Amino acid sequence: MTTTSLTPPATQRRQAASGGRPPGRSGTGTGASRPGSAWAAPAAVFFALFALVPLVLVAALSLSSWDGLSEPEFVGLDNWKKLLDDPVMLKSLWLSVLLTVLGVAIQTPLSILLGVWAAGHQRNRAVLSAIYFVPLLLSATAVSVLWRAVLDPNFGVPAQAAWLFGDGNLFGVQSSAIGVLVFVSAWQFTPLHTLIYQGAARAVPQVLYQAARIDGAGTVRQFFHITLPQLRNSIITSMILMVVGGLTTFETVLILTQGGPGTDTTISAFYMYQQAFKSFDYGTASAIGVLLVLVATFISLIMVRLSGYGKMRSTMEGL
Amino acid sequence: MIKRRPNYLAGFGSLVWLFLVGLPLYVMLTATFQSRSGYAENGPLALPDSFTLDNYLKNLDNTESGFGQYFLNTLIVTVCVVGIVLLLVPPLSYAIVRSRSRLTNTVFRIFLLGLAIPSQAVIVPMFYVISKAGLYDNLVGVILPTAAFAMPVCALVLTGTMRDITPDLYEAMTVDGASPRRIFFRLVLPLSRGGMSTIVVFSALQAWNGFLFPLVLTQSAETKVITLGLYDFQTEHGVDTPGLFAAVVLSMLPILLVYLFARRALVQGLMGVGGK
Repeated sequence: MTTTSLTPPATQRRQAASGGRPPGRSGTGTGASRPGSAWAAPAAVFFALFALVPLVLVAALSLSSWDGLSEPEFVGLDNWKKLLDDPVMLKSLWLSVLLTVLGVAIQTPLSILLGVWAAGHQRNRAVLSAIYFVPLLLSATAVSVLWRAVLDPNFGVPAQAAWLFGDGNLFGVQSSAIGVLVFVSAWQFTPLHTLIYQGAARAVPQVLYQAARIDGAGTVRQFFHITLPQLRNSIITSMILMVVGGLTTFETVLILTQGGPGTDTTISAFYMYQQAFKSFDYGTASAIGVLLVLVATFISLIMVRLSGYGKMRSTMEGL
Repeated sequence: MIKRRPNYLAGFGSLVWLFLVGLPLYVMLTATFQSRSGYAENGPLALPDSFTLDNYLKNLDNTESGFGQYFLNTLIVTVCVVGIVLLLVPPLSYAIVRSRSRLTNTVFRIFLLGLAIPSQAVIVPMFYVISKAGLYDNLVGVILPTAAFAMPVCALVLTGTMRDITPDLYEAMTVDGASPRRIFFRLVLPLSRGGMSTIVVFSALQAWNGFLFPLVLTQSAETKVITLGLYDFQTEHGVDTPGLFAAVVLSMLPILLVYLFARRALVQGLMGVGGK
């Protein structure tokens, strides 16, 4: 391992190209115990075939007209021009952003509070945390189907609690339909984020709290001056997960509102599905797909930057 | 730990959340033991005045519903996805952690970016690729993309685990003249059992709960998975709520079992997704 610094970079590159096991060098210490990049090849090829190839194709298809049966035909920027003039598209983007922002605004404080609370080692907290976890065991489909039935205007809870729900049809008006979507997403995903914060809160060094208590800081002050700053990284990761998740909400919309009333809850991901598999306009759908990928990649880059995954290589140096 | 007075406000808040989490679960569970007319009459909040297992039996009866078939299909998809992930990801993570080559580093970066590729965004080209490959309406066509999209998280989790193996152990084995392959099987795999169980649980969850790929890539009853079954159930017999709820409960039973017996792996997996 000590010989690493003597190895010129060019050798490393050649090593990489030849699968990492240069003949006759196994005794020098550099390659002997280290796997070559060949070990990564099967996974890389598989991932490329079924995730990266579609990613490239979505860009190509966004420049084509395709009905799903015949061969795609190159049409240049037609789909994109069409999308620019499409009021539903613009509205869907706005709705995606709205749902995402509402989701983050509600889930973040909620899951921080629940997570910090659940981080305590009291018996009752452990028991309740185990129950809070249950929504995570249900698929997004099951969650949506369950809430659709629970909130059914005729046979569900709203029919029995008119004092709270008025006429009971939560799916008939835009504001309450959006409310339902935001609430159901929060119901489903808050446990996950709670879990993230619970782990992070437990990792905060106890010494900090002891010092604060000696200085006379109360629970509230401790929360704002110690816990919150210490959770910074978790807040970033959790929020990014919420943003990506929010932008791509699909099952919830499909099952709970079908994008309605009208197109009032048709968010971009759902609009794309409709364009493709209901209107058979796969080209336009691909253009929406490209938009989704761009936004998600942008967020992912921020995530890599902020959370320090990209620095992992350097922390390994010298091993 | 220094003793503190109980936090009543937080306690109250936690009970409110308990109510919100518990309400639909209560409605669902009590409804599954009621007859369809009983549920319609008593409403969702009432305690059941009769007890029946019909809703479950109906779902399990193959002549009345295809649920047995859907269950089997989901099981096949899940086992295959987990198999593919277990076959491909450990060598990948091993290379990421131990290889000095830049290529491996690039591969790792691509997988990290892959974390944020939403599967929704690529369903159209996926439909194209799978149709071209002749795998449309075939479980294989569901398994391959599901496994691919589970891989970035699994790679990240397992790489984290493998990084915790101390360099001394590698050096000791190198001194003994062990090949990378031997080190992988004798040292790395046995020491990353925690991460392995996490990726098994994570990929199994992805496969079991997957909805979009099956929705877009299959159409017949023979290839239907359980989530699609639930979706159909809701659109077809909109009013048979107890039957639908029983189907939901049945669909989550296997995951519940995992939760009861491998809670640690499940929780770790989900936390691993959040990342450090």
